[in-house]
Amino acid sequence: MSRPGHPERRARPRRDDHPLAVWLLHRAQVLVASLGRLSRTPVASLMTVAAIGIALALPTGLYLVVSNLERLSGDWNGQPSLSLFLRTEVSDVRARGLAGRLRQDAGIAATRFLSRATALQELEQRAGLGDIQATLGENPLPDVILVRPTAVAATPTGMAGLARRLEALPEVAQVRLDLDWVRRFQGIMALAHQGTLIVGTLLALTVLIVVGNTIRLDIENRREEIMVSKMIGATDGFVRRPFLYSGLWYGLGGALLAWLLLALAIAALNVPVRRLAGLYLSDFSLQGLTPEAALAVLGLGILLGLAGSWLAVGRHLGAIEP
Amino acid sequence: MIQFIQVSKRYPGGHEALRDVNFRIPRGQMTFLTGHSGAGKSTLLRLIARLERPTRGQVVLAGRNLDRMSRGATPYLRRQIGIVFQNPHLLEDRTVFDNVALPLVIAGAGRREIGRRVRAALDKVGLLERERAYPVTLSGGEQQRVGIARAVVNRPTLLLADEPTGNLDPELSREIMHLFRQFNRVGTTVLVATHDLDLIRRLGLPELQLRQGRLLAPAAAATP
Ligand SMILES: Nc1ncnc2c1ncn2[C@@H]1O[C@H](COP(=O)(O)OP(=O)(O)O)[C@@H](O)[C@H]1O
Ligand SMILES: [Mg+2]
Repeated sequence: MSRPGHPERRARPRRDDHPLAVWLLHRAQVLVASLGRLSRTPVASLMTVAAIGIALALPTGLYLVVSNLERLSGDWNGQPSLSLFLRTEVSDVRARGLAGRLRQDAGIAATRFLSRATALQELEQRAGLGDIQATLGENPLPDVILVRPTAVAATPTGMAGLARRLEALPEVAQVRLDLDWVRRFQGIMALAHQGTLIVGTLLALTVLIVVGNTIRLDIENRREEIMVSKMIGATDGFVRRPFLYSGLWYGLGGALLAWLLLALAIAALNVPVRRLAGLYLSDFSLQGLTPEAALAVLGLGILLGLAGSWLAVGRHLGAIEP
Repeated sequence: MIQFIQVSKRYPGGHEALRDVNFRIPRGQMTFLTGHSGAGKSTLLRLIARLERPTRGQVVLAGRNLDRMSRGATPYLRRQIGIVFQNPHLLEDRTVFDNVALPLVIAGAGRREIGRRVRAALDKVGLLERERAYPVTLSGGEQQRVGIARAVVNRPTLLLADEPTGNLDPELSREIMHLFRQFNRVGTTVLVATHDLDLIRRLGLPELQLRQGRLLAPAAAATP
């Protein structure tokens, strides 16, 4: 405290009276004060936060389900591939040459050549059969080239086009592609993505409405304070600030709650999921949010909280004029 | 300091609260604004603080024509004006100190300066020891004095008071008028709307008289 007896001490600007410090300090104080205000009505505040948390957790949970399914399909070797069955008269050298040439194709990521001799050997071993060739007199299996298309070409239409192109090759007797399964899986995934997007958009709107309505009530309750502040020279920004910060807290609280809900849901689901995966000799388990996705949820929550309060403030604050 | 040029104010609904009002109040002057209830006193004060806009005419404050001022400039105009109302409009959830500090917080003053100025203002109205009290625990006269402290804490160049003693007994009224007189002595221009005629006649200060929205015979020193 500067005492009246020491005018020279008062003359020098104090560090905490520096305009920038005052500017920052004021905002920090309003930020803390708006949190304090929310904590004074804990039930109402928690209800708002819960509504936001659930609204954020639902689409995020859907997103997690979809991405886990995609990962699971990766484990199942669900990457689409084509099998080229070559004509029996094609020589081993020519077949290997073809496999090499195909690798240069723009639509093809990789090829693997399975010679009919190796295939027969494998079959004999795996099936526990004796000497098949001796029994049949000749090797009944054709040479096979496994073709993995590039990610770009791995769409149902792309795959069909690629298959038609390969079928036209003189060495190729038949092309088989698991298009149905690829098509179905991709269709389901597209649906799931689309559904997640729609649910997410609707629930984002819900967050806006919930925050907007809460802030509207808050504005109504603080009418007198707003009037008095405006009468004694508060700028619109000054009046707006505590409400925007409340929206920010709601959004942040909602996002943290969404994290918690998702973590609990994943933990609860992983018990049966691991047991099920164990039956299939898989060590698959559900994965939670990646750090990037978790941050995105946090940012989205804050953004929606701010946007919701911004809308309410824009609509209702102007109506309060002294 | 304040000049009204042919000012009329018609409220939506057709009622004409002020008609062709002309006057000028010099800087540093203390003036009374009198008239029966509904004469337009509050309207006139609200026009000065830009809480209302005139339907016709010009309000000029410290050389600035309010008609040509942008909306964004209004808050800064109001920071130069201290306003005291009949109902002091204190915020019930804040202490006396925080109520009085509000104009300084709005103006972005530093913490030390706020502490110093709030205590000086509370000291002037004799409520320094009540800084931690909440408004509901104060008497009507004390609340009005907190309102006055809030109005002057930012050292406004102009102090407007709208029937500040309307709810108070004669003793308290005199005290409050005395306070305004003190602020005026240190250079603040003061305009007080009142119908406490006895009190103001004794003080011998210039007077603007309104009747049904018209300014009556110019009182000495208050009109051009
Ligand atoms: N917001 C308003 N809307 C409509 N009429 C109003 C409004 N404020 C005041 N009036 C009218 O304007 C006239 C002047 O009011 P006012 O300035 O409050 O007078 P005073 O303060 O002298 O009692 C009154 O007839 C009142 O009814
Ligand atoms: Mg009035």
